[in-house]
Amino acid sequence: MITETPVWVQLVYLAAAVLFILALKGLSSPKYARVGNLMGAVGATLACVVVFFYADLDNVVAILVAIAVGSVAGVVGAQRVQMTQMPQLVALFNGVGGGAAALVALLELADMTEPGHDPGGFALFATAFTVVVGSGAFSGSVVTFAKLQELMTSRPVLFPGLPVAFGLSLLAAVGLSALTVTGPSMLVGVVLGVLGLLIGVLLVLPVGGADVPIVISLLNAGTGLAVAASGYILANTVLLVGGTLVGASGTFLTLLMAGAMGRSVANILFGALKGGSTLGAGEASDRPVRSGGPEDIAILLGYAGKVIVVPGYGLAVAQAQHTLRELVDVLTERGTQVAYAIHPVAGRMPGHMNVLLAEAQVPYEQLKEMDDINGEFKQTDVVLVVGANDVVNPAAKTSPGAPIYGMPILNADEASQIVFMKRSMRPGFAGIENELLFDPKTTLLFGDAKDSLGKLLSAVKSL
Amino acid sequence: MSEPIVWLTIFVLSVFVGIEVISKVSSTLHTPLMSGANAIHGIILLGAILVTGYAGSTLQLVVGLVAVVLATVNMVGGFVVTDRMLQMFTRKKPTTRGATPRVPPAAGADGGPA
Repeated sequence: MITETPVWVQLVYLAAAVLFILALKGLSSPKYARVGNLMGAVGATLACVVVFFYADLDNVVAILVAIAVGSVAGVVGAQRVQMTQMPQLVALFNGVGGGAAALVALLELADMTEPGHDPGGFALFATAFTVVVGSGAFSGSVVTFAKLQELMTSRPVLFPGLPVAFGLSLLAAVGLSALTVTGPSMLVGVVLGVLGLLIGVLLVLPVGGADVPIVISLLNAGTGLAVAASGYILANTVLLVGGTLVGASGTFLTLLMAGAMGRSVANILFGALKGGSTLGAGEASDRPVRSGGPEDIAILLGYAGKVIVVPGYGLAVAQAQHTLRELVDVLTERGTQVAYAIHPVAGRMPGHMNVLLAEAQVPYEQLKEMDDINGEFKQTDVVLVVGANDVVNPAAKTSPGAPIYGMPILNADEASQIVFMKRSMRPGFAGIENELLFDPKTTLLFGDAKDSLGKLLSAVKSL
Repeated sequence: MSEPIVWLTIFVLSVFVGIEVISKVSSTLHTPLMSGANAIHGIILLGAILVTGYAGSTLQLVVGLVAVVLATVNMVGGFVVTDRMLQMFTRKKPTTRGATPRVPPAAGADGGPA
């Protein structure tokens, strides 16, 4: 089936595997992250180039053309994407990787069904596993992409019988995998692929928009494991080690992220299935609120001793991070103490807001993580919430029925004054109303974040 | 693949290494780390090249080439986009228009100049 791998190639694979480990190590420290990523790229390139020199491959020209096409698509996508759309792109890249793994496994299965091949039960199981998990990661990622890109509703999608359909698909996949172990069949393989696609869709549909990042991370780990299994099928160490590293670290990262939101992974995946009580109204409320003009808020900010800015995804959508930085610069020059409070899941992915503000060249020292700044809200004169909602919603502390209940939040409600800059009264990504909007301490400034910040900026300048 | 137990050993050890190396990551880096790990599983490209190189029929060749394209998008795009993200972290030179705090006060205190 495949030519014996020479020792020197095995050594190159070993080097690539070590580079992957160093890459992950580097990526988890701010100082070496970029070098780490580069090492990963070198390792992957090395392993892929070497294959052309030892294996007796056909179709080399076609393969090289396919690689060129994929490279152009990947680079263009990666260069063009807005920083705000990063989570979608990561989901998409993950999905195509999963799809590739499933196709590779199907092709191997085709080989195994030929007479004279006895791959062994272990390899057959690994093949079935790769087909199901790879195609599940693919379809799950596509649904994730659609939710984040707002091609479909970001709220949990539920229909009667969904849990049953999900359970049955899973059961069928396990049954057919067992059947594959007893004897490979191409038809069963294709059905497994379809089941995988179905499982991926059914898994992601009931997940609410705010929780989608956790799912991306989980699907990422899944693709890793599928790649690891394909490494076993192909008797290739670098696939096995690379895939396993991603599978293990991805699973761990998923748990870390869920922890940052104060939730369990099971609650995120299946919470919506337990009953409708977790779903908010999702509509604009007509309760009275207090809104103000830019001049009123400029006075509030201009004469405050201490201001904390809470940026959210709305800021990024409006591309207003640069205007915000200007406003903060002017306030600082007037002698006001200003800091940014960054919630771990601000934006659409953990750490996303840090990327966005770094892009606007906000000095790193002004960015405060939640645990460091939460004690300071009590001594703060004004909290300026720009395009954020769920991360300051006291419902996370007070109403056990809310989907975000238990999520650690920024204690904006403890400040003397709160200013919300919002486009409308629509609830945040989690789809629930924010009591803080109706608080007597709160003033609202409606409008596009960039617009409002621009007006606010000139109002503060003319004080 | 004569020795499944050898492969199982490599697998189990890799699991521990994978968890260990990222156990101290700060939440600031969650997004780039996820993206970088995502690029690493693009190594499935190697598998796609192998199966396509040994394709026995036109159908297999076509499916293989699709896998090669998809895997390349995953790998190349993944590394490029991660680098783009990380570039923004490293470019934080303290030259932003005088408003930058000269010396940050003691750790934990507010970052802005008083």
